[in-house]
Amino acid sequence: MSAEQGAGTGSESPHTTEAARGRLAKRHAREKRFRAYGVAAIATAMAALALLLGSIALGGLPGFFQHTVELDVTFAPDLLDPDGTGEPSSLARGDHAGAVKRSLRERFPDASSRRDKRALYALVSRGAGIAVRDALARDPALLGQVAPVEVLLSDDADRYFKGEIEAAAAEQNRKLSDAQIGWLDALDAEDRVRNTFHTRLLTAGDSREPELAGIWGATVGSFLTLLVTLALSFPVGVATAIYLEEFAPRNRWTDFVEVNINNLAAVPSIVFGLLGLAVFLNFVGMPRSAPVVGGFVLALMTLPTIIIAARSAIASVPPSIREAALGVGASPTQVVFQHVLPLAMPGVLTGTILGMARALGETAPLLMIGMVAFIVDVPSGLTSPATVLPVQVFLWADSPERAFVAKTSAAILVLLSFLVLMNLAAVLLRNRFERRW
Amino acid sequence: MQSRLRLTTFVIAAAALAIAAPSGARDQIRVVGSSTVFPFSTAAAEQFGRSTAFKTPVVESTGSGGGLKLFCGGVGLEHPDVTNSSRRIKASEVELCASNGVAEIVEVQVGFDGIVLANSRDSARYELTLEQVFLALAKQVPVNGVLVDNPHEKWSDIDPSLPAVDIEVLGPPPTSGTRDAFVELGMEGGAKAIPMLAELRKKDKKAFKAVAHSLREDGAYVEAGENDNLIVQKLGANPSALGIFGFSFLDQNADRVQGSIVGGVEPTFENIAAGDYGVSRSLYFYVKKAHVGVVPGIQEFVAEFTSEAAAGDDGYLADKGLIPLPADEREKVRESTAALTPLEL
Repeated sequence: MSAEQGAGTGSESPHTTEAARGRLAKRHAREKRFRAYGVAAIATAMAALALLLGSIALGGLPGFFQHTVELDVTFAPDLLDPDGTGEPSSLARGDHAGAVKRSLRERFPDASSRRDKRALYALVSRGAGIAVRDALARDPALLGQVAPVEVLLSDDADRYFKGEIEAAAAEQNRKLSDAQIGWLDALDAEDRVRNTFHTRLLTAGDSREPELAGIWGATVGSFLTLLVTLALSFPVGVATAIYLEEFAPRNRWTDFVEVNINNLAAVPSIVFGLLGLAVFLNFVGMPRSAPVVGGFVLALMTLPTIIIAARSAIASVPPSIREAALGVGASPTQVVFQHVLPLAMPGVLTGTILGMARALGETAPLLMIGMVAFIVDVPSGLTSPATVLPVQVFLWADSPERAFVAKTSAAILVLLSFLVLMNLAAVLLRNRFERRW
Repeated sequence: MQSRLRLTTFVIAAAALAIAAPSGARDQIRVVGSSTVFPFSTAAAEQFGRSTAFKTPVVESTGSGGGLKLFCGGVGLEHPDVTNSSRRIKASEVELCASNGVAEIVEVQVGFDGIVLANSRDSARYELTLEQVFLALAKQVPVNGVLVDNPHEKWSDIDPSLPAVDIEVLGPPPTSGTRDAFVELGMEGGAKAIPMLAELRKKDKKAFKAVAHSLREDGAYVEAGENDNLIVQKLGANPSALGIFGFSFLDQNADRVQGSIVGGVEPTFENIAAGDYGVSRSLYFYVKKAHVGVVPGIQEFVAEFTSEAAAGDDGYLADKGLIPLPADEREKVRESTAALTPLEL
């Protein structure tokens, strides 16, 4: 550096000396480097996102499909009509799984020992009887006849057809025995095995059998929870924002409230769960695992987000609007509700939707109030036990059964699509209705 | 303005309704407790809901200790009816229960769980003794008659017959019941095999426990979180590491990982069931007798959980990785639980 400066002392203008040009080149290079860093940072972030989404999508897609097998089931009255009346109430109580097992035995008479039979029955799902029950409910005339019924394969058989269990591996190292693979291949050779879209994943409640498990229960739970969150946090949040922004006097108290609201926005979510446990469950005595309690807790968590967003939206409405309204004789309340709030609404709603999206993805506060639970029945109301989508993802990720890996990714895809939809709605609202002054 | 007022009224009404509602009766069994028993308890609950007219019980995974704390909270519908536990209830917990009015508890043993050490199939199977496991993982080990910070870096430092690979074991954190059981059965078992520590045990039980229960913190033992699936995945990526987890995860992932032979016994279903495998523990659940008859279906749920179709040798719980009790003990458990014989410590 000092050598360059020495060489440039002969020039006349201080801006055209060799040293100055050198410095200029350096500054330009620094500028370019800085931009390159920015591009590199964005590229890294995009690559990480693409990798994450790609791996989830790739892993999750098989979870949306399920192999079924078409079996010739004998609708034997001795199994399927316990009362012998043929009435729907009697048909519903029959041994439907037994009928599936019998048809498997008839198809593969070589499975004669108890052990072999167990291995054979393990090829179809524990819920295989459901298809028989449904077929019989649709058409009671099937009783006493033989008809093809499509039943679900078990998770391991399904994974075999998806190529996740390799027949080439040593027998003791895979979940299916040589005999089981032989039976499956025989069924496949008759063209009885089909890969179909697995609607059950979207319409059923949770189950310990991967092929029977669905996310509908968790989706309804999420919906009920968010309903309570919205009903509570939106009016309270907007009212707080209006008062603080339009009516509150500027003094130490309002400063104190403001600082606390900003602090609350940064409190870790688990703290709200502990609060919910102490206040709603232990003090008020509300039920565990209920969406209403989950909604209360998440509302507390979302409130600061909504208040902050609503305040900045209200503050951005120009004072001329208020002054004009006041000038023609509107009362302060009329000014707020007839002029300021409608103009601030897009911003308020955007903040609300983003807060809701965050609440949709939360698990930690729900852990404390018992919403991290195995719940089979789809929740029917605000106080019936329920779980939410991210908790369902967590529970499946924790399950030993390997088929849950794909189900986990599939559930994540559903959760992500909800989140994307909500964020998209926020962006659209902003672009469509936001006004700039 | 009007609509806002109506909305506020609605919210207040909804809140009031929600607060008023829970005092009503509960027609659904509530289970809490151990994350190890969770996969079995949920399977039994699902089957119970499917095969009876009762509602499917709600099962929460809170950990054994957390579950017993909730369970002992008191009698009444806001408290759980059943708690799962991967260890036996402690005397202090029975006292806590009694002080809150939970006087009669029915203990039900459902089966065993083996804790396995396993590594990736890409490398050779380990053959270890409990003593070697202790020497590899204890914070302090005896060298020449004095306790020193664990100097072993490679397995071959402990025994030349073991591979010259860095000791790296992925296991559960201290909050886990699996960790408790591993420390109690594996580490303590290994410590007892060392003469110096066996002598210490006779003289000063507390000091012995302090040595036997402390795992090293210098990076050889890695706390890999409560999720056993994660440990299995990490083993696949790191062939030289060993992992500690429950048998059901070994059973499901036999194509990826292999169980190490401990004390000459391989961790197989048969060996654990026969009691030959050293590191296995009993799994329990506890029923609040005061709730039987108040919450419908408790007795039927217990019957389902302990039935031959569930907890038997060929039961669906065995398919999920539960190691069943011997046949005569199953019979005994069924008899005592049908009579709802309360626990006596």
